Amino acid sequence: MVIRLENITRHYKVGPERIRALDGVSLEIDRNEYVAVMGTSGSGKSTLMNILGCLDRPTSGAYALDGKVTTKLSGGALAKVRNERIGFVFQSFELLPRLSALANTELPLLYSPAAWWGRRARARHAMKTVGLGDRMRHRPNQLSGGQKQRVAIARALINKPSILLADEPTGNLDSATTDEILGLFDELHRSGQTIILVTHEPDVARHARRIIRMKDGRVQSDLPVDADVVGQQVPAPLAAVEGAA
Amino acid sequence: MILVRLPLAIFALILQSAFLALGQIWANKTRSILTTIGIVIGVASVTAVIAALTGLKTNVLTDFENLGTDKMFVEPDYRGPSKRNPRGYFFGLHAADFDGMLDHCPDVRAFTRQTEQMLTATNGTRSQDQVPVQAVEPSWQQVENRNVVVGRTFSLIDDQHARAVCLINARLRDRLGYPADPAGDSILLGSRRFRIIGVVENRTESSMFSFGGNGMEAFIPFGTGVGSRQNENIGVVAVCRSPQVADEAKAELAFFLRHKRRIPVGEPDDFRVEVVEQFLREFSNVSATITLVATCVVGISLLVGGVGIMNIMLVSVSERTREIGLRKAVGARPSTILLQFLVEATMLCLMGGLIGLLGGEGILSALKQIPDAHLDKSYIPAWAVALAFSFAAGVGLIFGMFPAIKAARLDPIEALRHE
Repeated sequence: MVIRLENITRHYKVGPERIRALDGVSLEIDRNEYVAVMGTSGSGKSTLMNILGCLDRPTSGAYALDGKVTTKLSGGALAKVRNERIGFVFQSFELLPRLSALANTELPLLYSPAAWWGRRARARHAMKTVGLGDRMRHRPNQLSGGQKQRVAIARALINKPSILLADEPTGNLDSATTDEILGLFDELHRSGQTIILVTHEPDVARHARRIIRMKDGRVQSDLPVDADVVGQQVPAPLAAVEGAA
Repeated sequence: MILVRLPLAIFALILQSAFLALGQIWANKTRSILTTIGIVIGVASVTAVIAALTGLKTNVLTDFENLGTDKMFVEPDYRGPSKRNPRGYFFGLHAADFDGMLDHCPDVRAFTRQTEQMLTATNGTRSQDQVPVQAVEPSWQQVENRNVVVGRTFSLIDDQHARAVCLINARLRDRLGYPADPAGDSILLGSRRFRIIGVVENRTESSMFSFGGNGMEAFIPFGTGVGSRQNENIGVVAVCRSPQVADEAKAELAFFLRHKRRIPVGEPDDFRVEVVEQFLREFSNVSATITLVATCVVGISLLVGGVGIMNIMLVSVSERTREIGLRKAVGARPSTILLQFLVEATMLCLMGGLIGLLGGEGILSALKQIPDAHLDKSYIPAWAVALAFSFAAGVGLIFGMFPAIKAARLDPIEALRHE
């Protein structure tokens, strides 16, 4: 069991009001699962993502990652958990513009106790894994969107994380590149990587094996992809509209 | 094991932060240089002031060293009319005032009474105007520490019998065309003929105390001089046993003189005892005060520079909010971020310090060009370099702290959402 969430709540105070971003979420995610979290904006999927990524702490409830409860950890200890067990992929890539692709990939190693002499080699290996062996010296602004996201994925994978958390990873990409990146995710999944994907696009979610739908801070449905709507045959008119778009 | 690994890890972290900071400074060259100007000016001025003072001090110390730090000068002190002296007569020092002084002043090693007059020295057809002719006692040799290079020194007999003998210095000998060893030759000082018994080496030239004149000197026994000029208005040079007992020696001397000159209790002294050691101490105090004042002034300019650093670091933090968010997301601890920004601010300041040091060196070489300013021996002492760098580093740490804390406290979620 990689992830176990027990009755997680997350409340925000906005002025006098209390907003329940998460309102009692319980989840279990196994090793080598490929999960898509779906939901409209305000459904609590981003908050769930932040808590899964140890960027945020729940108001109540328990979160165990790799069997270890993270809920009571200090900021520094959470940073260590993020560094060693979680790989983030963001919608807007978040590459540091002044660093080369290789240095960007290497970034998490800067904050891990890994010895410096192994860093470059590991970063090169990660770059090759995502198919960018020939772009290591390039700056982010010399790379295409798809290549940038590959660098980000290489960065996320460099510490061999327990989970790969991708927040709308294809949101800034065109459809061809989207397929390319999703293909890469499929490949990673086949090689045993646990992946959690946050998206609102059915086409993207369809690549996952399990769909979790969020609504009003609760889990609305949690089904294998075949049982969920997105797994069903796409209605022809909708397909035509999507194709036209 | 942890005792070895922890400092090593911290060192590696600092090194890593230093590289990151260098990259950041390099990426914003113009801004970095403009930001450090406050520090540059501060450090440049403090090093220049300290260097100039050091040079001045070296000069003064050598001069005092030449003069002798164990020396005391006794002079009459005219204070105008007083109860005891209602008409305000001037009482000079008398030779008799000092009789038996060594017996009563245990901290005085030796002394000499002396008088001086300007005379014309003549050897046949050659002559030299305005030669200071000093009448000195045989102990003058010990007091002034001047070597006789040829011939002999004054003896007690010369003094007591007021013999017409004299010592001249090498410069006067050469000026008047005497052979290298003129002992036995005669010389006309004023209208009186003296026999030369030896040659004294030239006085060490001093840059601070200009003795004036042409550097030529002649000496005659005190007895001889007093015989011709009465025993009024003499001066006394004494040496104490060591510079440490200068104050005691001065007190003994004053006590003895008051007794000899019958000054009643409560009346002020009518003479002055100047101790070289005391001048030296006063000079040291003054230079320490100047250093302190300069340091304070520089402290203010560093403060201003520090505010500039803080400002630019705040800008840097807000510009790099997303970067900070990402670094935190991939595992940077708050303390690591804090360290990174602190190191960056400190590096900025140290760079300013380095430029300032070079600037200070520049100012100094300009100052050295000023003639007669006695700054030729100025240099930036190692402790000033250390002071400049520690000031700069301190400013970096103090004024970098607030922005660094701000960066360390950023919430990664908010930071990643920042536009």
